[in-house]
Amino acid sequence: MIWNKEFETLPRGELEALQLERLKNLVERVYSAVPYYRQKMDEAGVRPSDIKTLKDLARLPFTTKEDLRINYPFGLFAVPFEKVIRIHASSGTTGKPTVVGYTKNDIDSWAELMARTLSAGGAYKGDVVHNAYGYGLFTGGLGAHYGAERLGAAVIPISGGNTKRQIMIMQDFGSTVLMCTPSYALNIADVMKEMGVDPLSLKLRVGLFGAEPWSENMRNEIEKRLGIKAIDIFGLSEVMGPGVASECIEEQKGLHVFEDYFIPEIINPETGEALPNGEQGELVFTTLTKEAFPVIRYRSKDISRLITEPCSCGRTFYRMQRITGRTDDMLIIRGVNVFPSQIEHVLMGIKGVEPHYQIIVDREGALDVMEVQVEVSEDIFSDKVKALEGLGKRIEREIKDLLGTTCRIKLVEPKTIQRSEGKAKRVIDNRKL
Amino acid sequence: MKVEQISIFLENKSGRLADVAGVLAQSGVNIRALSLADTTDFGILRLIVNDTEKAKQALKENGFTVGKTEVIAVEVFDRPGGLADILNIIKNNGINVEYMYAFVRKNSGNAIIIFRFDELEKAIETLQKAGVRILKGEEVYAL
Repeated sequence: MIWNKEFETLPRGELEALQLERLKNLVERVYSAVPYYRQKMDEAGVRPSDIKTLKDLARLPFTTKEDLRINYPFGLFAVPFEKVIRIHASSGTTGKPTVVGYTKNDIDSWAELMARTLSAGGAYKGDVVHNAYGYGLFTGGLGAHYGAERLGAAVIPISGGNTKRQIMIMQDFGSTVLMCTPSYALNIADVMKEMGVDPLSLKLRVGLFGAEPWSENMRNEIEKRLGIKAIDIFGLSEVMGPGVASECIEEQKGLHVFEDYFIPEIINPETGEALPNGEQGELVFTTLTKEAFPVIRYRSKDISRLITEPCSCGRTFYRMQRITGRTDDMLIIRGVNVFPSQIEHVLMGIKGVEPHYQIIVDREGALDVMEVQVEVSEDIFSDKVKALEGLGKRIEREIKDLLGTTCRIKLVEPKTIQRSEGKAKRVIDNRKL
Repeated sequence: MKVEQISIFLENKSGRLADVAGVLAQSGVNIRALSLADTTDFGILRLIVNDTEKAKQALKENGFTVGKTEVIAVEVFDRPGGLADILNIIKNNGINVEYMYAFVRKNSGNAIIIFRFDELEKAIETLQKAGVRILKGEEVYAL
């Protein structure tokens, strides 16, 4: 169902007119309220009055995570501090976290966007939304929470962790919609199996998964194991949190970007040059309505492309292809670009292979060596050595076919790869570069 | 005529065999015969025990990947050529041995050989026709 028919199906011409009006307003606001943005624009020789068409967006300088760090914690806020009613921050595994703020209007927009997301994913008023995204500084939990309330669903604010208890609550409370990271969804499926809980005995109907890149085969696996529809949702805290883009349940093919709130662009990550629609590159977002923490051309580091063909669901928003990787989790193995999601795609395509894997990169002498650890489940186990060795060789061959680089498959005992309760750790890079 | 064998996936890490033996000891399972196939990275432990289901359950509960396969147990006379005779029968009938292992029977002193065939039915028929004694599952579990 379409939550906001008026805006989500706006004819492209009207949508672009609205975007331009909002963009002009944004640039003026930011220029006058945030000294850092003003300085950057002055250095680039652009003034707010130069923004006459949507194409002029490309004249504005990018905003990067580094800019956010320099202005830690509140330097890029564009409203007086007393207007801020919420603060979130990224996990900040490297250095200081990046901090974002929201006004009352921003929180209101966010709830609208997440209500749209849930609605696009097939959730309704009256659903029981099992929200296993982490609550706290991370935007996932509260973002999804407000959207589900706006939709009129009953939210279970369970957050991540304690999987057995989550499953008990799903059974007892009759959860119909699951929200969490895709890797945690698989963890839940595993624990259900261990507990002897048949997923089909639950009322679970659909899951909205995001916050980490995942593959089409992983989607198939989740859908099969949990007996639900799995919807890809997308967002990033610097831009809003979840609710930036979402798949529709009709197509499950690309995520509609809520373009009345955000302008997406695709750029060449090396040169910064804006790429034509349809080409693959780094996603860049400009927020059109945000008050407390607007961003101009924020570089997401996520790799995608924009799909401009109309969608059968009726939304006129362009779609972004599911994230295939991030510019910063791209591994360079002997000169070849490798994304963990590509390896995942190969593994999930082989029947019986567990969706838990880890990639370990080492340097032996001058050579990069990539090892992929795969758990041996009962489905692929054999009492014959040649059968297991054959499986390892088959995975190695398929990875080589896809990536053009060799790897070593190491079969490991079940449960030896750490289970995700949020974002999965897929890569251990031991190279000292 | 068939004997149930369990197989366990083991990473090449020290102490894993001891872990398996410990789990079986705790659940009161007796091991009748065993063989370990090992490669650089992993090993496959194959076991015949007095209570297959109990062993399988206990190992699974302790997080091991366990499989169950059917093998046959053949009695071989304790004399020169005893094994050769049986292997010749198998060879002459074009049956492929996946793997085999042997142990000695306590009371008779004869050897028991465990065979894993892909063509299990054909192997049983051929060996029986040639007059080779194949032990029943119960006989092996109770050894």
